Amino acid sequence: MTSPSATPNTAAAAGKGGRLRFFNFAAPMRFYAITGWLVPLCWVVAIGFAIAGLYVGFFVAPTDATQGESYRIIYIHVPAAWMSMMLYLVMAFWAGIGWAFNARMASIVARAIAPTGAMFAFLALWTGAFWGKPTWGTWWVWDARLTTTLILLFLYLGYIALVNAIDDQRRSDQAGALLALVGSINVPIIYFSVQWWNTLHQGATISMTAAPKMANTMLTGMLLMTVACWAYAFATVFMRARAITIERESRNAWVGKLVSQPAQGGQKT
Amino acid sequence: MTQSAARASFAAVFGSVLVRDLTLAWRRRTDALLPLAFFVVAISLFPLGVGPEPGMLRDMAPGVVWVCALLASMLSVGSLFAADLADGSLEQMLLAPQSAIALTLAKCAAHWILSGVPLIATAPLIGLLFGMSGPALLALVAGLLLGTPILSLLGALGAALTLGLRSSGMLLILIVLPLAIPTLIFGAGAVGTIDAGMSASGHFSLLGALLISTAMGAPWAIAAALRISTE
Amino acid sequence: MNWGSASEFFHMGGKGLFVWGSYAVSMLVMVAEPLLARRRHQQALRQAALFNDEGRKPRFS
Repeated sequence: MTSPSATPNTAAAAGKGGRLRFFNFAAPMRFYAITGWLVPLCWVVAIGFAIAGLYVGFFVAPTDATQGESYRIIYIHVPAAWMSMMLYLVMAFWAGIGWAFNARMASIVARAIAPTGAMFAFLALWTGAFWGKPTWGTWWVWDARLTTTLILLFLYLGYIALVNAIDDQRRSDQAGALLALVGSINVPIIYFSVQWWNTLHQGATISMTAAPKMANTMLTGMLLMTVACWAYAFATVFMRARAITIERESRNAWVGKLVSQPAQGGQKT
Repeated sequence: MTQSAARASFAAVFGSVLVRDLTLAWRRRTDALLPLAFFVVAISLFPLGVGPEPGMLRDMAPGVVWVCALLASMLSVGSLFAADLADGSLEQMLLAPQSAIALTLAKCAAHWILSGVPLIATAPLIGLLFGMSGPALLALVAGLLLGTPILSLLGALGAALTLGLRSSGMLLILIVLPLAIPTLIFGAGAVGTIDAGMSASGHFSLLGALLISTAMGAPWAIAAALRISTE
Repeated sequence: MNWGSASEFFHMGGKGLFVWGSYAVSMLVMVAEPLLARRRHQQALRQAALFNDEGRKPRFS
């Protein structure tokens, strides 16, 4: 990679005044360069922690007294549900930053997060169903947390649908930011209302919160898997963000140099 | 700009937009009644689909009425800003902050008067079709009274975000429905609670709180969305 | 160690379908997603290369 300070993009940005230097690190080219080595590192962490977490979860943690072996699904279910919630907030945050400061990279990262967040929400629902069937006899339970995750999936899909429907990039980023921010304000309200609704209706006594009493080893397994999911999320989101960066910046000189380099530099993921 | 002049321009924009929208709707009365027609037709589908057993219908009624109210509201809100966008007045009104808020409030008020109020008026009749008791009907109407303005506000936000897009109707519904779920839960839940013989004051307080917070926050968000969509 | 044999492990006390159904789909999805992201990235690079090859000067150079 050529030295960053010499290229016209950053020089022009720096020339516009000291304020923009703060966001220099966010310049697409710099982001692309840094994530070039950061993504493989995240993959190593993700796979390493996943192996450790699953090992602890399956081979060290004991069988649950009440649920038997099916409880072992929590090692993917709980991290997935947690990730889907956290990623929505992170997405709304970066989208908001991108809107408020006109920061290109922030908007790109926000867009890159959405499919991964939706994926985790789907996984939380799928694994939740597969956990519910042997434990409580039904594939779906209108439990407060599962239902909120379902609604969260709808929020993700709405965001993705909106940003994809708008052709103008700036309008798309800003509209997405507004929707994501409104959505994140609503998530606690939605969760509260669903919990309210759940407790009022007889028959909905099944609760995902009645998880098995956690042995320490179970907790360890879950925490390891959570770290693995975070690392996975970083890796995938950065990969997608890199793709979007190239798409948006294809007319700029640094991309031109990048794609015209011979095979050794150009085609790395 | 002096305080009174600022207030005057807010009132002026609010008044003129509201009057204009209502006048336009009056000129096309049949179009304005479409949401109501949809509401009634959609509700009638449920007994046809699930069977006429009275107990089940009575239990289902609040949920069915609320869901159909939601859908009817969403279907009619898509064209809220289209006319103003087309004749260029939208951009004019967005120039000053007070007039932008006045515009959004007037639009929401017009939408509520045209689609929310007919729904509220028709709900008791629908409730009778479903065999609801007197107190339950009252709770239904009270809930709709509080909830339909919320739906108008949320719908306007969706309309502003999807202004001018292809298939904006479906997109609007997908965006707004998740946000409307708490309103649905508290509104329908209130009727169920009354039916079970308990007090629904909690539900109504929550609905009221939702209405107030939405009325305070949504106009700004809608104005911001309009600016985003017209820049 | 929890499992006496490999078949015990796969059987999961009778709940094998559910446990492996969950993990199989998770694995599938978490492999498909980065592959899709990678494909998008490579498509973007190819498009950019095409654009630059067409002889048009990049906007800032």
